[in-house]
Amino acid sequence: MLAGAGLTLWRGTTRLFEALSFVLPSGAALLIEGPNGAGKTTLLRVIAGLTMPESGSITWRGSALTKQLQAGRLRLVFSGHALGLKSELSTRENLRFFARLAGLPARVSEILEAAGLSGCADLDVRLLSAGQKRRAALARVLLSDADLWLLDEPQTHLDTAGRQYLEEAIQGHLGRGGTVVVAAHQPLNFGSAAVTRLMLGDA
Amino acid sequence: MPVNSGTEATAGTAAEAETDSEAPALGLLALFWVVFERDLRVGLRRWTDASNSALFFVLVVTLFPLALSPRAEVLRTIAPGVLWIAALLATLLSLHLLFRADLEDGTLEQLLTLPYPLGWMLLAKTSAHWIITGIPLVVMAPILAITYHLPANALGVLTFSLLLGTPTLSLLGSIGAALTAGLRGAGVLLAFIVAPLMLPVLILGARATDLALAGADPTGPLYLLSALLVLAVSLVPVVAAGAIRVSAD
Repeated sequence: MLAGAGLTLWRGTTRLFEALSFVLPSGAALLIEGPNGAGKTTLLRVIAGLTMPESGSITWRGSALTKQLQAGRLRLVFSGHALGLKSELSTRENLRFFARLAGLPARVSEILEAAGLSGCADLDVRLLSAGQKRRAALARVLLSDADLWLLDEPQTHLDTAGRQYLEEAIQGHLGRGGTVVVAAHQPLNFGSAAVTRLMLGDA
Repeated sequence: MPVNSGTEATAGTAAEAETDSEAPALGLLALFWVVFERDLRVGLRRWTDASNSALFFVLVVTLFPLALSPRAEVLRTIAPGVLWIAALLATLLSLHLLFRADLEDGTLEQLLTLPYPLGWMLLAKTSAHWIITGIPLVVMAPILAITYHLPANALGVLTFSLLLGTPTLSLLGSIGAALTAGLRGAGVLLAFIVAPLMLPVLILGARATDLALAGADPTGPLYLLSALLVLAVSLVPVVAAGAIRVSAD
């Protein structure tokens, strides 16, 4: 269970959010919505523990998320605007790195296939199209074997088939009792899972 | 790779409620290797970046005889200082490569959200950086030093002092690189932050070579260089990890 309590963050003189709280049971999704600059990315980074909120806390199963993460009781995967892929390495090499970190090096080929990247798996990432890079980042999310997915506008640059693959991946993860937090502008089909909506920027 | 199964077993018998504590997928050595190998691979594919500091090293060392004097006794006297200063400057020049790209392409965000010790991963990154930018200096130094008419025993001490000292320089530099990773045009600032920290290494390294050149025993400064290396390996990753957390925010 993921919960945020009393989260407040200012960027300069702009208030992004104040006393923001949410509770998300396993198998449920949190959809963060709001106009550009409303703080969707920042909220995702706060949940990931990358940005410290001015006040408030994020908890996972009752204790602080960062502690759970360091104790190895939580695996989370963050997929932001920066994709975390090295442009000098091939897609396969990039994914192999993350697969080894997750302890699942055998799954790389299977996931490359499923993401529709087997044709360009051995090309350097810098030669891929924006959509292919996004697919590679999504493949990394699937490889991570994480309980908590944090996705920042995952549909960007994806074609119809890619979006469908993304939605199926999210629904599959939720179906297995995983937790997903997504910041998105476009509608996203979560299937039958419970979705909590969080609107930022219109307070 | 199994990770400290001994402590796992004792934790299991403890009457703690937190039984769902998972062992991380990789042990520390395997983690080091995975991060190190990837950085080495990236570094070798971007060898033009890495070779810049090596070329700069050659350039600086070559200029001194032209400007000062080509006489053997002059060159021999200045050789330890010149080579050590050039190595320090070349290291400074390469530091911006250490974390900048990782911050921009999101690699650091990924490392920060992993259930592994960040300092250890940064140590692996800095080690790969030293292999790519530091080793070439150590290898080229004796060749360049021959042109300075350095006798064989001093050549050996110079090379050995660089072998001990350049990893310390890279490690100290990693603190500055971590602090300034998010800043634009931080080149000179970075040099000002880390150069003072590097002075002891510079002094000891040049001093060891000087002593060997004078026919004296250079082991004192060499022991101190080793001590600094051990100190840097054990302390710098903690500091760099803190700095990276600030830079990635």
